[in-house]
Amino acid sequence: MNEELLNILQTLVTSSTPLVIAALGETLTERAGVVNLSLDGSITLAAAIGFIAAVGSGSALVGIIAAMVVGALIALIIVVADIELKQDQVAIGFVLTLLAASLAQFIGQSYTRVRGPELPFVSLTFLKDIPILGPVFFTDHNPLVYISLLLVFVTWWWIFRTRPGLALRAVGERPASAFARGTKVNRLRYLYTLLGGSLVGLAGAAYSLSIKAGWTNPPAMRGDGWIALAIVIFGGWHPFRVVLGAYLFAGLRAISSAIQRSPDIQIPLVLINALPWLLMIGTLLLVSSGAIERLLRALPRSAQVWTRNLLRSDPPAALGTRFEER
Amino acid sequence: MCASGAGLHPPLIIYGRVSSVSAYIFLRWVANMEIELQHIHKRFGRVHANNDISLKLHGGRIIGVLGENGAGKSTLMKILSGYQPADSGSILIDGQKAGYHGPQAAIAAGVGMLQQDPLDVPAFTVLENFLYGQPASMTRRAARSDLAKISHEFGFHLDPETPAARISIGQRQQLEIVRLLTLGVRTLILDEPTTGISAQQKTILFDALQALARDQGMTVLLVSHKLEDVIALCDEVVVLRAGCLVGERAMPATKAELVRLMFGQDIAPQERSAGSLGEIVLKLDSLTIQDRRVRVETLSLDVREGEVIGLAGLDGSGQEALMRACVGLTPVVGGNVVLKDRDLTRRSYRERMRAGLAFSAAGRLEEGLVAGLTLTEHMALMDSERTMIDWPGVRDITRRQIERYNVRGRAEDRIEMLSGGNQQRWLMALLPEQPRVMILEQPTRGLDVDSARWVWQLLLDRRAHGTAIIFNSPDLDEIVTYSDRIIVFFAGRFHLIEDASTATVEVLGHLIGGNFEEAAR
Repeated sequence: MNEELLNILQTLVTSSTPLVIAALGETLTERAGVVNLSLDGSITLAAAIGFIAAVGSGSALVGIIAAMVVGALIALIIVVADIELKQDQVAIGFVLTLLAASLAQFIGQSYTRVRGPELPFVSLTFLKDIPILGPVFFTDHNPLVYISLLLVFVTWWWIFRTRPGLALRAVGERPASAFARGTKVNRLRYLYTLLGGSLVGLAGAAYSLSIKAGWTNPPAMRGDGWIALAIVIFGGWHPFRVVLGAYLFAGLRAISSAIQRSPDIQIPLVLINALPWLLMIGTLLLVSSGAIERLLRALPRSAQVWTRNLLRSDPPAALGTRFEER
Repeated sequence: MCASGAGLHPPLIIYGRVSSVSAYIFLRWVANMEIELQHIHKRFGRVHANNDISLKLHGGRIIGVLGENGAGKSTLMKILSGYQPADSGSILIDGQKAGYHGPQAAIAAGVGMLQQDPLDVPAFTVLENFLYGQPASMTRRAARSDLAKISHEFGFHLDPETPAARISIGQRQQLEIVRLLTLGVRTLILDEPTTGISAQQKTILFDALQALARDQGMTVLLVSHKLEDVIALCDEVVVLRAGCLVGERAMPATKAELVRLMFGQDIAPQERSAGSLGEIVLKLDSLTIQDRRVRVETLSLDVREGEVIGLAGLDGSGQEALMRACVGLTPVVGGNVVLKDRDLTRRSYRERMRAGLAFSAAGRLEEGLVAGLTLTEHMALMDSERTMIDWPGVRDITRRQIERYNVRGRAEDRIEMLSGGNQQRWLMALLPEQPRVMILEQPTRGLDVDSARWVWQLLLDRRAHGTAIIFNSPDLDEIVTYSDRIIVFFAGRFHLIEDASTATVEVLGHLIGGNFEEAAR
């Protein structure tokens, strides 16, 4: 395979890593029935505070931890407002988005063009020698890329293959049934909202400590939180599809910027920028049409369950609703 | 006292060959469970839902719990199964006070409840539903084999890999029963289990319940409106009225005796009134309908003025599709809907309503009414012609309708504050006075015998004035009682019974299970 192409793909994996991590975090949160709409603000604020903490302490690890705490704290506000204060998740999340993004710009002001610690680039022994996959996935990446790859499999395994995963899905699908089976519904919602939020924070750190290292005003990652939210929907709340969506989106974005740079190709810029979204809408239409059901019926019984999970397009049935435990 | 002591200890389970009808069955080597309720009180606001109820329930028996809507049966059952705490009073299991909170704890103490809408997770497969809630030590493989074993035991047909959203209510009940039994439940409470299931499924269910009570000494509590079921199955009945326990008696008893116990008075069975039929008002001309769940091919039907057409079938067999196609909520693939020589096939819902159709949906708060709006606002919503609302006029009509329809609620109450029965009354009150054809999804859903009768009196009165009625109901008795003709649906196929007076609940029960050929013989 062409070395240049492999290089492009390798860059792509790097640049889509924050999207993967944030979307996986949100997937966990939404699987439990909670919408954390604050992603765009959370990522930005986590990136800012993560960078500042890294500069202050001289350690990228401290930055990462600080960013995760920021993400978790914002998530905590949402889940407390929802469960304890009976406020609307979407409204709170939206307000927090605006608040966190502005706050990030404010406190980041004096850190523009400051050089801070960056994550090292590492290659994985053995794995990097695998043809094609090795150079793309396992060579010269920052550690968060490897963590994101691991996260994809861990979240998938957790959601679909474990008993706690059953409880997680049940809480998001039908909390009354979960409650009747002895699951502590709101406790799990706290847990997965905080976990998801800290992953969103980690995504912020991936930007400011590596992929778009440093801090700029306006923030370089602005808008990516919304994209991550869209990817969760596109991904049908399934980790494999979510990661696919993130790579696809990053790929299309790379293509569009390449076309912009090239003087030979004359395509309206607006059209190119809209391409990823059009593709997403098309895919969603396909997935939610009857075609999938017919395809499923043609499959052997043993393959039907996991393909159904993979291809389903309905959100968790109790998403965004409140559950009162008696 | 039994060897295992109080019900809080896990019962000793022996897998073994049993000489009775059952081959491999969970044989519990424990004495029958004895439950005693002492002075149970429960209030909701001003309503005294359970008023000093004391009751002894003996194991090995099937006990019917009777009472009209709002009598407090559901509340009592929810208290017993841990879904609600009592305000005061205690529950004794095998002589020991059981202080459980929550359904999971109740199950651990041996009491499990099958809800009318089984509490499963629709997105889960049958196997996942079964597995979820079992002890962590149970592997997927063990769950699969347990599920298969117990299902086979009772003649249940449950495919482990099918999502629960895709199986019938009857099968979801079976799944829940198997699940509760595996969890060691010794007292099983069933809330209206025979609504919406076929005759075959009912037979299977009743056989299973009888086996559980007779062979395994389990206590079965059956909450039901259907006195036929109670008579067929129960060893004794307890009767609640207005929150109080008003009667206990051993079976057998006749239907009339049970009605007298429930209502404190005799209620004469409703007469079949053969109204006079007028000319054809609604013509369905080889309709082909396709909705998400089912396809109905080339159905033709002429409905006459003053005629009542009952549609029977399990959920999603085609009856809902037909009714919705009539009013334009489900697209028609082929054929025509003609109302009084006017082809409405391509017309919108609104135009059809204006032409003289009326529709009420089964999902009261989902479709029929708007949660958050008051009764008055609902009334205002019905008049969509004008831009400005004549509030004094609307309030006036609202008050009149509240009185006329005997709705327990005030004009300024939000609709979701009313009880289900009163919501249903309001839904009826919102329908136009004298439409040509009324299309009613489950017009008596959630109503007790008395209220249902009242609704039907109202409907029959309109019918006497020439309105045709098309309705469906999971209650086959209701269909047999009120219909002139009946259409039975099964998976999109249909079977017309020209003279409903020849139909019986038994025949319909077999038809809705798909035995068209057998029933025709």
